[in-house]
Amino acid sequence: MGVTNRYDAIIVGAGHNGLVNACYLARAGLKVLVLERNPFVGGAAVSRSLYDGFTYSNCSYVCSLLRTEIIRALALPQHGLQIIPYEGGCTMMRDGGHLAVYDNHDALRREIARHSPHDAEAYERYVRDMLRHCRFIKPLLLREPPDPTSFRPRDIHELMFLGKHFHNLGEARMYDTLRFWTMSCADMLEEYFESEIVKAHMAGSSIIGTALGPRSAGTAYVLLHHYMGSIDGAVGAWGFARGGMGAITQALASSFKASGGEVRVSAPVEQIRVRGGRATGVVLDDGEEISAPVVVSNMDVKRTFLKTVAAEHLPAEFIDQVRKFKIRGSSGKLNIALDGLPSFPAIPQGSPAMRGDLHITDTIEMLERGYDDWKEGRWSRAPYVDMLIPTQIDPTMTPDGKHYMSVFVQYCPYQLADGDWTDAKRQAFGKTVIDAIGAHSPDFKDLILHAEIRTPKDIENEVGLTEGNIFQGELTFDQLLFNRPVPGYAQYRAPVRGMYMCGSSTHPGGGVMGAPGANSAAAILRDLGRKV
Amino acid sequence: MSTPTEPHYRQPLLKTPFHERARALSQIDRFIPWAGYTTVDVFTSAEQEYFSVRNASSLFDLTPMVKYRVAGADALRFLNRLMTRDLAKLKPGKVAYVVWCDDAGMIIDDGTVFCTGPNEYRICTAERQMDWFTASAIGFDVRISEVTEEVAALAVQGPTSYSLLRAVGLAGLERLKPFEHGQFSMPGASAPITMMVSRTGFTGDLGYELWMEPADAGVVWDTLMRHGGTRGVRPIGSQALNMVRIEAGFVLPNLDFVSAAHTLRIGTERSPIELGLGWLVDFKKGHFTGRRALLAEQTRGPRRQLVGLDIEGTKPAHNSLLYTQRSGRTEAGSITSATWSPTCKRNLALAMVDAPYIATGSVLWVEIYLNRELVWERRMVRARVVERPFFAPARRRATPPAEF
Amino acid sequence: MTTPARARYDAVIVGGGHNGLVCATYLARAGRSVLVLEAADRVGGAAVTREFAPGFQVSAGAHLLHLMPPALLNDLDLGAHGLKFAAHNLPTVALSADGQHLSMQAGGGSGARLSAADARAYTEWRRLMRQISGALHPLLNGAPPRLGTDAWSDRKSLMRLGWRIRRLGRRDMRELLRIGLMNVHDLLEDRFESPQLKGALALDAVLGTNYGPRSPGSVLSLLYRLAATGGTEVLSQPQGGLGALSAALGRAATAAGAEIHTAAPVERILVKDDRASGVALASGQQVLAPVVVSNADPKTTFLGLLGAEFLDAGFVRRITHLRTRGFTGKVHLALDRLPKFPGLDPESLRGRLLVAPDADYIERAYNHAKYNEYSAVPMLEVTVPSLSDPSLAPAGSHVVSIVVQYAPYELNEGWATGRQRFTDIVIDTLGAYAPGLRECVRASELLTPADIEREFRIHGGHWHHAEIAFDQFFMVRPVPGATQYETPLPGLFLCGAGCHPGGGVMGLAGRNAARQVMNRAA
Repeated sequence: MGVTNRYDAIIVGAGHNGLVNACYLARAGLKVLVLERNPFVGGAAVSRSLYDGFTYSNCSYVCSLLRTEIIRALALPQHGLQIIPYEGGCTMMRDGGHLAVYDNHDALRREIARHSPHDAEAYERYVRDMLRHCRFIKPLLLREPPDPTSFRPRDIHELMFLGKHFHNLGEARMYDTLRFWTMSCADMLEEYFESEIVKAHMAGSSIIGTALGPRSAGTAYVLLHHYMGSIDGAVGAWGFARGGMGAITQALASSFKASGGEVRVSAPVEQIRVRGGRATGVVLDDGEEISAPVVVSNMDVKRTFLKTVAAEHLPAEFIDQVRKFKIRGSSGKLNIALDGLPSFPAIPQGSPAMRGDLHITDTIEMLERGYDDWKEGRWSRAPYVDMLIPTQIDPTMTPDGKHYMSVFVQYCPYQLADGDWTDAKRQAFGKTVIDAIGAHSPDFKDLILHAEIRTPKDIENEVGLTEGNIFQGELTFDQLLFNRPVPGYAQYRAPVRGMYMCGSSTHPGGGVMGAPGANSAAAILRDLGRKV
Repeated sequence: MSTPTEPHYRQPLLKTPFHERARALSQIDRFIPWAGYTTVDVFTSAEQEYFSVRNASSLFDLTPMVKYRVAGADALRFLNRLMTRDLAKLKPGKVAYVVWCDDAGMIIDDGTVFCTGPNEYRICTAERQMDWFTASAIGFDVRISEVTEEVAALAVQGPTSYSLLRAVGLAGLERLKPFEHGQFSMPGASAPITMMVSRTGFTGDLGYELWMEPADAGVVWDTLMRHGGTRGVRPIGSQALNMVRIEAGFVLPNLDFVSAAHTLRIGTERSPIELGLGWLVDFKKGHFTGRRALLAEQTRGPRRQLVGLDIEGTKPAHNSLLYTQRSGRTEAGSITSATWSPTCKRNLALAMVDAPYIATGSVLWVEIYLNRELVWERRMVRARVVERPFFAPARRRATPPAEF
Repeated sequence: MTTPARARYDAVIVGGGHNGLVCATYLARAGRSVLVLEAADRVGGAAVTREFAPGFQVSAGAHLLHLMPPALLNDLDLGAHGLKFAAHNLPTVALSADGQHLSMQAGGGSGARLSAADARAYTEWRRLMRQISGALHPLLNGAPPRLGTDAWSDRKSLMRLGWRIRRLGRRDMRELLRIGLMNVHDLLEDRFESPQLKGALALDAVLGTNYGPRSPGSVLSLLYRLAATGGTEVLSQPQGGLGALSAALGRAATAAGAEIHTAAPVERILVKDDRASGVALASGQQVLAPVVVSNADPKTTFLGLLGAEFLDAGFVRRITHLRTRGFTGKVHLALDRLPKFPGLDPESLRGRLLVAPDADYIERAYNHAKYNEYSAVPMLEVTVPSLSDPSLAPAGSHVVSIVVQYAPYELNEGWATGRQRFTDIVIDTLGAYAPGLRECVRASELLTPADIEREFRIHGGHWHHAEIAFDQFFMVRPVPGATQYETPLPGLFLCGAGCHPGGGVMGLAGRNAARQVMNRAA
């Protein structure tokens, strides 16, 4: 086998960030090849048909973070992407009560006031503060983080930008920002709300995908991910992708191809080749070699550097840091085909709350205890679930009258204390979740036509995410900004010339945001002397 | 009379006790949300409604005004620490216009305080304030409760308002001076109706505000309308009210300033000094929230101030930018509220203007876009900084008021 | 109480805890007339020695001296004021149920029980911690910078901070920026094998806090502790307990010219023309001073002594949000005789004994505290002070002083019933390392955070007056608006553990506050 082709850049992995990266490179005139191990593109942003006539968003399930700048720059709507907003949301309590979230400001105020008139008003302060923090962080998302140890003009310039951006806040807001970024979600919510259910509802999004409990410092920041979409002021930045999450990556792939790019599926990369300190291309599992002066990995940092690049090409200290990178499986997922719309007696008839994210929890303590289970190597006995029935809004995903339910489950460990995952344990995990939902929906179990149960192990096996971590690495202080993925290598460049990273392991991290892919493309183009 | 209540997720807005009557009189179905209620924006035409305020009597449904009852041993201490004015001077039966600020001395909201008894007050405000009031109550022996839904309120404003209220049988009103309130009764369907009446308003004209039990609201409205014939009474909506309040020089949240409790951007909050409400700030009364910041601002001088503008021509200068010269090279501020005043025959506006140009008599240039049958034209017209209020008739203050 | 000699002083200090006394000493040395008013009948605050059972004396709060920087100790010349040490340079030993205890002494783990890899890693660990704590120590020596001001001193202090961190060198700087906000469990997991070593180091990180080893921020708490002495931490035991230290501090203050009155509780801080103007005592007496320095915790100072009406509402809300609940308890045992601690040599027994066999053990103990329960199997820091200082107990008898975690301020079942149960748990937990302990116990005492609140007048009963967490740390400690030892009210200063750099018997808050008072007056 010799050299079969010559490309300007090869991207390993056709997840959303790989495709975003590929799109930008192709638009800049590079000849780009994207290689995907699976027989389909999309990574964790896929729509898959695993049961007759049903489409599942079987990994990621909500589009809340995808940057508007990227959607526009890559013309994704022309390539079929439509995002439809949620209409509400609801947290159900064990005693049959509920807290719904409504789009309408007055309806929401009156809903919260049912639980606490105080909280209904504190909510306004809460939203104001959240939006203030979003406004602060937003300009940082699509920038390359500076290396604080470096004296390069670009790094100093970026550091000064950060400093100025921060200084502009004025004294009081600077302190608020410092505190917010380092607080636990539980402590932060305590400063606003008195009602347990209100706090628990808000806290839910702080733990999704993380191996932390709501009382862990740093979880307040994770809440921002829920508000980032609304800050754009662009309606429809937040919601369901029509046709499932695969619609995003399909649109990206289509945009990429329209720019002259080439995608090969079922082409697992065995190794990234390095010669003389330079990346020279990749070797596929069948031995085929493809060369290119630029190789970009969309895989997580552990998979990339511990499995795909030979250790002799990398500094020992770098490998050590990569080993220390925390990428923990903490979430499971159920995808369920339903014969009809299940009823949730807690939710009032005709309430739009059904057409949003549905949760089951009562208190922050319940969430925290769920985390305690995870720490002990077992799935939460009373798991936090984030359910969606997108087919109430999206008519394309199931046969008429049938429904698809996406159930995200926190917490579920990658490694169980009592040994490896087995099929029986997977079923038991699924039963725990289904029972938890069934307790709130009398007809739910009878409506189940098919259920796909995914543990972190399964997510790792299919998608390739180490430990099944949905963010390609914990979003903790030590792994954010200039520390992401590892100190000294936060600027998308690998320690090997010509090799780059573009996955969620890099700044600004996970969620279907696309920012790592875009930032990485900017770094590559700058290195190539091209216009960004 | 009242329709079965729909749940909040189907019908988020509440209806005031006057709603059915207002709906019956609404000719063009223009309703707008206000503090959680649906209220009338325009009944027939804003101009016609406007003239009822300046010429006869108007009814404006004030029920959505958020009302709080404040009571307890520390009620006065609490209010004096919350608000910038010295309320020790506010005796039972008196009303005061007030503002309150955050720690940085930026306005959270304005409103009125009614002293209803020793250490007992009612606060009326445009937006809900419990979050801030609760924080302000830490360390004080005070109970604060929202009573918005327990009190229906109706503003009766205009030169004939006094004679109209006398005609419906409210005796003793002639003694009520501006910014006073008292309990009065009028004959009802079976028993007399007792209510609180204050000589207050948002029109800058002679007028009263009636605060009553929601159950009495229908009868009070009907009686007023019945006696209103020769006195020219008519209900008005928010648009007409906005015209008269600009003439009177009053500020409105979300139009002339954004509450510091809501601002997201940096530097968009406004202090009472900037809003030209420095006269409400009493530095001598002891500490209040924002005092240290406001003292520093007063020493430094405000960066900008809200002023009245008299603009050439007749086209209202909504949302216009202001410049120092006709060329439009240097910005000097922007208009916050604007209206053509049918009574003054002047083109009026309130504007937030940079410090160098706030003196009365300063000349600025206003950029106005004119819609000429969908052909847009940009005009630079001259404007002069003038004193507020633009309209302040003597009848507003006369006690006893004149009979019309 | 005795009556203050004058009606007017240059400064009144509310509270004669160690920080109040240090502050008084420095102000008096600078020629100010200083009055210290202490509510209790002796000075020292939570650094006191008192009888808890007939004939048995114990340091009721802190029980070892290790955080006070040598430079401060020397500067105060406490030896001349009567401070003697019963023991100096005490060892720390991580206990093991099988008697294979691990000495944490200087020079690297004993080596006997550490694997070669762990021994190497521990040496590197100590080097890194020395480097970092050396770089951070100067930060504890002054007021933290204030953000958003254009003051040159604040900018300079921020730049110095940046420079110090840069001077660590690229590798250590990166490591500091990475681990600074991490959790200690992960950090130890990355570096060590020995569960015992990890448990002992994790204990130091979470002691006195509302953290478990897995709580992000626990590394910060560890670095903070090490930075206090710049990496030269030495454990000592004052002769006569920590109360003797306080007494010496009191004598130092008096010698410098400060006037100290005990049993003189302050009722409120007086305000005139928007300035602090003095204090009113519970006795009704008023003392005037243009400077009032509060050694009390921030909640007590602002909401109790001053009153919300002199403060802005937003600031008051921040104060109420300050997390001040303690999770650390204290158990005192009066022993008829000392049981055997199998495997422990006499020298080690005199030291600081840690019961935290591994980090997960601590994490499990912490789980309970999150839900207002006491730890079913708690983590302990134990000393037997009567071994080095027989004056503390009748001849042949002994005192055991135990810092125990976690004991929540508010216990679901209530401390009335929980008290005995938890005391028994602590005795049994320690008994696992000293068979027969229970039979030796003649009397015991448990101080829960609620007891600490009552006895030492610390709101919430927290060691540090306010939780050591990043959002209550350094530039934002105790709350924005009251940093740099100043308060929104001119003339009112803070000097207690609620300020930077926090509590433990360190004394830096008191000295830094004195400097700030003098800067402002200058």
